[in-house]
Amino acid sequence: MASAKEEILARIRNAKVPPVAPTVRGYDREGTGGVELFAERVADYRAIVHVVTDVPEALERLKGKRIVAPHDVPAEWLVDGVTWLHEPLTIEELDQSDGVLTGCAVAIADTGTIVLDGSEGQGRRALTLLPDYHLCVVRVDQIAASVPEALQRLEPTRPLTFISGPSATSDIELNRVEGVHGPRTLEVLIVG
Amino acid sequence: MARNPVTWLGSPTFPKAAHEALADTQLRQNLRKATGTIRGRRAAAVGEMTDWEQLRVAGEQIKDDVLSRLDTLLLQLEESVTARGGVVHWARDAEEANKIVLDLCRAENAREVVKVKSMATAEIGLNEALEAGGVHAIETDLAELIVQLGDDRPSHILVPAIHRNRSEIREIFQRRMGVEVSDEPADLAEAARVYLREKFLTAKVAISGANFAVADSGSIVVLESEGNGRMCLTLPETLITVMGIEKLVPTWQDLEVFLQLLPRSSTAERMNPYTSVWTGVTPGDGPQRFHLVLIDNGRTATLEDSVGRQALRCIRCSACLNVCPVYERTGGQSYGSVYPGPIGAILTPQLVGDMHDPQAASLPFASSLCGACFEVCPVRIDIPSVLTHLRAEAVEAKGRTAESVAMAAAAWVFREASRYEKAQKAGSLARFLARDGRITSLPWPGSKWTASRDVPAPPSESFRAWWRKNRG
Amino acid sequence: MRVALFATCLTDTFFPETARAVVRLLERLGCSVEFPLDQTCCGQMHFNTGYREHSKPLARKYTDVFGDYDHVVAPSGSCAGMVREVHPTLGESPPRTFELAEFLVDVLGVTDVGAWFPHRVTYHPTCHSLRMLGVGDKPLALLRAVKALDLVELPDSTHCCGFGGTFAVKNAETSTAMLADKMTSVLSTGAEVLSAGDNSCLMHIGGGLSRLRTGVRPVHLAEILASTEEDPWLATR
Repeated sequence: MASAKEEILARIRNAKVPPVAPTVRGYDREGTGGVELFAERVADYRAIVHVVTDVPEALERLKGKRIVAPHDVPAEWLVDGVTWLHEPLTIEELDQSDGVLTGCAVAIADTGTIVLDGSEGQGRRALTLLPDYHLCVVRVDQIAASVPEALQRLEPTRPLTFISGPSATSDIELNRVEGVHGPRTLEVLIVG
Repeated sequence: MARNPVTWLGSPTFPKAAHEALADTQLRQNLRKATGTIRGRRAAAVGEMTDWEQLRVAGEQIKDDVLSRLDTLLLQLEESVTARGGVVHWARDAEEANKIVLDLCRAENAREVVKVKSMATAEIGLNEALEAGGVHAIETDLAELIVQLGDDRPSHILVPAIHRNRSEIREIFQRRMGVEVSDEPADLAEAARVYLREKFLTAKVAISGANFAVADSGSIVVLESEGNGRMCLTLPETLITVMGIEKLVPTWQDLEVFLQLLPRSSTAERMNPYTSVWTGVTPGDGPQRFHLVLIDNGRTATLEDSVGRQALRCIRCSACLNVCPVYERTGGQSYGSVYPGPIGAILTPQLVGDMHDPQAASLPFASSLCGACFEVCPVRIDIPSVLTHLRAEAVEAKGRTAESVAMAAAAWVFREASRYEKAQKAGSLARFLARDGRITSLPWPGSKWTASRDVPAPPSESFRAWWRKNRG
Repeated sequence: MRVALFATCLTDTFFPETARAVVRLLERLGCSVEFPLDQTCCGQMHFNTGYREHSKPLARKYTDVFGDYDHVVAPSGSCAGMVREVHPTLGESPPRTFELAEFLVDVLGVTDVGAWFPHRVTYHPTCHSLRMLGVGDKPLALLRAVKALDLVELPDSTHCCGFGGTFAVKNAETSTAMLADKMTSVLSTGAEVLSAGDNSCLMHIGGGLSRLRTGVRPVHLAEILASTEEDPWLATR
């Protein structure tokens, strides 16, 4: 008897679907948005947005809290007065922290999205998931205008997380409510 | 061959199911409110895009490209997933897919698994199959959880509990979670958060679907809102993803189209809160065992149909449900399948693959052919055309009926103007049934019309009779 | 301009006053109207109900009857849509067929047809004229130019009325539920006349309005546009 794989492939070939013309990409691949649009659209999702020049100063807001930070965030971010939690951390430790501070890989102005790819300053995915508060630092040069531009800057084989506002649901009467399983507060620092 | 669980066993035909649903005041009210809300929000989200039509065309073309070389792309996907440490499984039908997943759960000694909302697993009846095999699947999407705790059935692709309003949800949560909670959506969401937290933190195995799989990189993509998806995709040691074989896109670049089309069409957001992308296994981050189960379950048969195969372009956004005047009134359960609404009316019968099944054969007729679905479809599925195509199949399968005899007679009359004119004259005698220029009651099948509508009395003179007299 | 009128079987049989109005209107605008007597039906009912094979000879017949005309006008978005969008899939190359409003605006280039209609009117854009043909606002532009006409906007105008051909009997209850909402919208406008470009939808909505004795009268767009001060529309039915 043929394997499922062989049989499915044979049935696909048997369907003899004719080839098609190449895809016409007549849509806008560039976009024009910058910092302002990004800030506006992040805020639209009820995330908190600040445009700052000095990150350590802006991090004063974390004073007195127990904050998770990947080991490779810039040293100057690890300001005094904060209890910094570093890996290795268990799921329980992450869950019981007050929040997490990370950088990001790319941001998207059009959609108000930040993208994490697990590279420098971001840590593994669980870090930004279990703490109830996520503070994300976005450099202006990391902001792509459009979704196409952002995808071009990303390496698909890395573990990617696209974040647009705090966790939310539209499952009750199709109205959006913020705050379900992911961090209920998302704060974004745009470093200009 | 086993019955395809895409339709629920024992479901009545659409008109019979609709008869019940139309009388359900609460259902009618809930759907009117929810679909009205999302229609307006979607229109706004799409309205701010200047290149929406170009994106739709590109979406259509990319998906058609996938369908034209599905074998090659699936093999490419398998190769890239395998190269990154994943294991790929193939399943011809629901039974085979369910057995693969159950065996994988047993191999991990898992008695309980967490699930991300997935149409593919709903289609194959995975939860029931796992339960029968001693593995309890916990739905973690809020709407899926509402359906699961309410021992209910889904009625919408995106929001399976769309037929429930806040106070009904509150009642279900209080009864099944044993908590006191208000009917404020934020409080209900909080109740779900608390209820599921422990499950997420302790689950060893998660099961997901996939919105997209990128053939050239082997990346799998899941779009969600609540973070339950991230929990399932990140915390457990083992991840099993079940996806239909048509969920592919050829390249990473192609996602730039769908990540714009899907969120605006489904939840009417510029971007959904969370999108996760993973490729096989990443050491030190997330599940260290990854299984991808590719299911056919009627798709290759659908692919053979040159008109019907466009249903396989579907990205499960639900926009067609939200604008459908039939769906809005009958709700999703009337379709007797996990795929309701306009897309369900063309996809379900094709996946069932048997137009002798009266329930499946009734679905293509559950439409007034108004075309609102085609207008909003982000991948431009011409649903009305597929509906009429499938109606022809249903008629053929039924053979000789009173209707087919009447239709043949009518066609015979219309083929010759002289016969048509004689019929007109005979028909105009019906004006003697009329009072005050209207007929209020006709014998069957005209009674189906006159139950709610009058018929105007036929005039004593047709237009052609007038023309002949005055202009001929 | 020489124009062939495709009356459609429904209008020919049940609503001759609409076809007569089209003739009067087009002649007033300088067209020479012909009505080929061999015409019958476009085959839409058969096609949409799943009797594709029966619709083929009817599509063939349509091409035979109208093939020599440069312009065919039908007082129906639905039948014009059938000819334009579906007949080619049945192997036909039909002649250029227009729904009345698009013919007036696009081909004749007029929006003010010199009509007079002293009534409060609301307009339902039928699904096929809207979504198959893309007629858009053309009927409304024509109505706005009618003297003495009080045009009131129909709420949720683009929602289907629930007719849908044999859908109205095969899924009669769902059809009726859609009809109820459409009637509610119509009644909310306080209009005395409901107009549309398709007698099929008007027969359905009008049948409901009549059953409930609402007093609102369905009148095809052609009849409003044909009405003038000298030769006004009269409620004949």
